Amino acid sequence: MAILTFLIPVSLFLGGLGLAAFFWAMKTKQFDDPEGDANRILTTDWDDRPKP
Amino acid sequence: MTISAPLSGAMAEPEHVTASACPACIAAPSAAAIAAAAAEEKGARLMLSLPTAHCAACISTVENAVQAVPGVRSARVNLTLRRVSVEADADVTAERLIGVLKGVGYEAHELDPGLLSATETDRQGRDLLMRLGVAGFSMMNVMLLSVAVWSGAGDATRDLFHWISAAIALPTVVFAGQPFFRSAWASLRVGRLGMDVPISLALILASSISLFETWKGGHHAYFDAAVMLSFFLLAGRYLDHRTRAVARSAAEELAALEVPRAVVLRDGVEVVLPIAEVAVGDLVRVRPGGRMPVDGVVFEGQSELDRSLLTGESLPVFAGPDTVVSAGEVNLTGPLVVRVTAAGRDSSLHRMADLVAVAESAKTRYTSLAERAAKWYSPLVHILSFGAFGFWMWKTGGDLRFAVNISAAVLIITCPCALGLAVPAVVTAASGKLFRKGLLIKHGTALERMAEVDTVVFDKTGTLTMGAPAATNLGEHPRAAVEVAAALASASSHPLAQALVAGARAAGIAPARVEELREVPGYGVEGVWKGRRVRLGRAEWCGSEPGDTTATYLCTGEGAARAFTFADSLRPGAAEAVASLREQGLRVMLISGDAQGAVADLAARLGIADWTAGALPAEKAATVTGLTQAGHRVLMVGDGLNDTAALAAAHVSISPASALDAARVASDIVLLGQDMAPIGDALRISRQAARRIVENFAVSAGYNVIAVPLALVGMATPLAAAAAMSLSSITVSLNALRLK
Repeated sequence: MAILTFLIPVSLFLGGLGLAAFFWAMKTKQFDDPEGDANRILTTDWDDRPKP
Repeated sequence: MTISAPLSGAMAEPEHVTASACPACIAAPSAAAIAAAAAEEKGARLMLSLPTAHCAACISTVENAVQAVPGVRSARVNLTLRRVSVEADADVTAERLIGVLKGVGYEAHELDPGLLSATETDRQGRDLLMRLGVAGFSMMNVMLLSVAVWSGAGDATRDLFHWISAAIALPTVVFAGQPFFRSAWASLRVGRLGMDVPISLALILASSISLFETWKGGHHAYFDAAVMLSFFLLAGRYLDHRTRAVARSAAEELAALEVPRAVVLRDGVEVVLPIAEVAVGDLVRVRPGGRMPVDGVVFEGQSELDRSLLTGESLPVFAGPDTVVSAGEVNLTGPLVVRVTAAGRDSSLHRMADLVAVAESAKTRYTSLAERAAKWYSPLVHILSFGAFGFWMWKTGGDLRFAVNISAAVLIITCPCALGLAVPAVVTAASGKLFRKGLLIKHGTALERMAEVDTVVFDKTGTLTMGAPAATNLGEHPRAAVEVAAALASASSHPLAQALVAGARAAGIAPARVEELREVPGYGVEGVWKGRRVRLGRAEWCGSEPGDTTATYLCTGEGAARAFTFADSLRPGAAEAVASLREQGLRVMLISGDAQGAVADLAARLGIADWTAGALPAEKAATVTGLTQAGHRVLMVGDGLNDTAALAAAHVSISPASALDAARVASDIVLLGQDMAPIGDALRISRQAARRIVENFAVSAGYNVIAVPLALVGMATPLAAAAAMSLSSITVSLNALRLK
C-alpha cells in the first residue's frame, strides 16, 4: 500500500492542475465568445505575421 | 437558426431604430457586461449590433472595414452576441460606422452601452461557475476515495482515505456552500424556512458528523454526499442563473437598440443631443419618419401623426401648430418643430413606467410550483430528521452519535434535487426551445403561468397587423383614376401613399403624367393632370367626409372624391397563431382602440367572433381584470402604450419586439421575430414544461418514499445515499430534456 503515498498526491495534483486550468480560462474570459473563437481560427488574416 | 431582425418599418430613421435583438445573443450574456465595463473604463467606445453576422469571413470583413475608418483604434467582433465593439476617437460616430458596415453588406444598429450593464449579473454568474468547478473537482476526487472505501478498504486505509476526503471536502463545503448558507441565513432571519435551510443543515450536519466519525475511526463518513449535494444544487442554481441572465441580456439589448436622441434647435443651429439633456422649452425638430422623442406642442410645420403605438388608431391624425404631441408618436409627412413640454423621465412614455412597476409587484405574488412544493418540503424534512433523532435517542438510551448519524442521513437522502435541479433544468430546456422559435422568456414563472391560460386577448394594430397598410380597393376604380393616384402618391413618403404606389405597381398600372407635383404636409399631394388640378390626401382637403376605414381621397375636379381604402397587412403567422390557439380549445378575443370598421374587418379575416373596437386603455385593462375575476387566466398579446395596463393586468403577457419599451417591460415574453405563429407552440411547450416539473416532483417523491424509511431505520449507508442522490438527480434532469 506504500504506493498510495505517491498515487494520492499525484492524482490530487493532476486534478488540481485541471482546476487551475479552469480558473485560468475563466479569468482570461475564454468563455465570452465561443462561437467567434471557433470561427476565428478559420480566418487567414494573420497567418503570415502576428497581429500587431 | 436565424430569425430575421424586424425593423419597425421603412420609416424608421437610423436614430430611431427599434429593431429586435439578434437572436444570437443566446449564449454568454457575460460578454455584454465585460464589453460594457470596458467601455466605461476606456471612454470613447461604440457598440453596434450585427444581426446578420454568422461566419468566419464576417469577422474579418467587419473588423477590417471598421478598422479602415480613420480614428478607429480597434474593433472586435463578438460572434456569439453578434456585436462589434469599437474603440475610437470621439469624432467617430455610430452613424458613420453603420454606413461603412452597410457598404460591406452588414446591417448594423447602434446599441447604447450604458444600458447593457449586466456587470453585476455577470459577476454572480462567474462566481457560481467557479464554485461549481470547485465542487465538481472535489466531488470526483472524494468519489474515487469513497469507491475504495465502499469496496471494502478497512482499518488504517479507510481512516487515511476518510482523512484525505475530509481535507478535500471540508474546504469545498465551506467555499461552494456559501450561496446556500447566505440565503438560508437570510430566510432564517426573517423567520421563514426556505429551501436553503434544510440544504445548509444537511451540508453542515453531514460534514461535522463525518469529521467526528473519521476522528473516532468510524465506518461511515458522508463527505462524498456533502460535496455531491453541493455540486448538484449548484448546477441547478447555475442553470437558473443563466436562463435569467440570457433573458435579461436580450431584453437589455432590445432597450439599448433605441438610442434616444433628439435634434434640438439651439440659436437656429441643429444639435443632436441625448434625450436626457433636452430641457423643457427647447425646440426639437422631428423629421418625417422620425419618432417623437418628447412630449410637446407643435411650434412650426404641418404633418400627419401615426398614433397607433399609443392609442391603437391606425388612421393618421393631422398635426399643425398648437397640436399637442406625445413621445412615441411617429411623424409621417412634413418636418415639425416641437416645443418641449416634458422630456425624458417626465414624458408621458416614461410615466407609464410607474404603472408598469405596480404591475410587476403584482406579478411576483404568483407562487411558482417549486415554491409551493418547497413550502411542503422544508417543514417535512425537518420534522422527519428531528423525529428520527428523537426516536433513536430514546430507543438507544441516549446514543447521541448514532442518533445524529441517522438524522444526517435523513437530511442527505431527502436532497431536494428535484426542486433545486429539476425545475431549473425544465425551465432552461423550455426557454431554450422557445428562444429558438423566437420567443424571449423574460420572467422566471412566465412559463408556468402560461400553462394555465384559457383565454387569449389580442390587440390589433401592431400586434395582429404589421402597422403597415396595403391598398384594398384599387380594382373598384377606373384605371385612369388609379394612374393619377399612383402618380400623385409617388411624390410622397407617407405610408398610405407608398402602399398605393406598391399596389398600383403590383396591378401593372403605370402612373399617369402629372406635373407640378407638390406635397402639402399634413394634407396630401397635389399636381396638374391634363390641365386640371388634382389632389390626393385627407378627406377634408378633397371636400369629402372621412369614412371609418383608413382611406386616402382622390379629387380630380369631376364627380365626387374617390376613396382609396387600406387595410393593415396581417402579421405573418397571425392567422396560424389564432387557428392554433382555437384548436387548443382556448377562447380568443380581440380588443382594439381602432375604429369599428377596421377591427370588424380584421376579426372576420381571422375568424375571431369576440371583438371590441374603440377600447380605451383603461377599458382594455378593465376587460382583462374582469375576465380574471370571472376565474379565467388571461394571456394578453399587445404592443402599444394603450395595451401596457392590460399587459400588466393579465396573468401572462406577450409583446412583439417592435413594441414600445414600456409595453415590452410590462410583458413577460417578447416575440423577437415578426412571425406570430410561435405563440401557439409556446402555449403547448409551456403546458408540457409544467407537466415535466410535476413529473419530476413525483419522481423524486418516489425515490424518497423508498429511501427515507431506510434512512429512518438506520440502514442508509453512505453508498445508498450517494446512489439515491445521483440516480434521482440524473433521472429528473433527463426527464427535463425530454421536452419537445
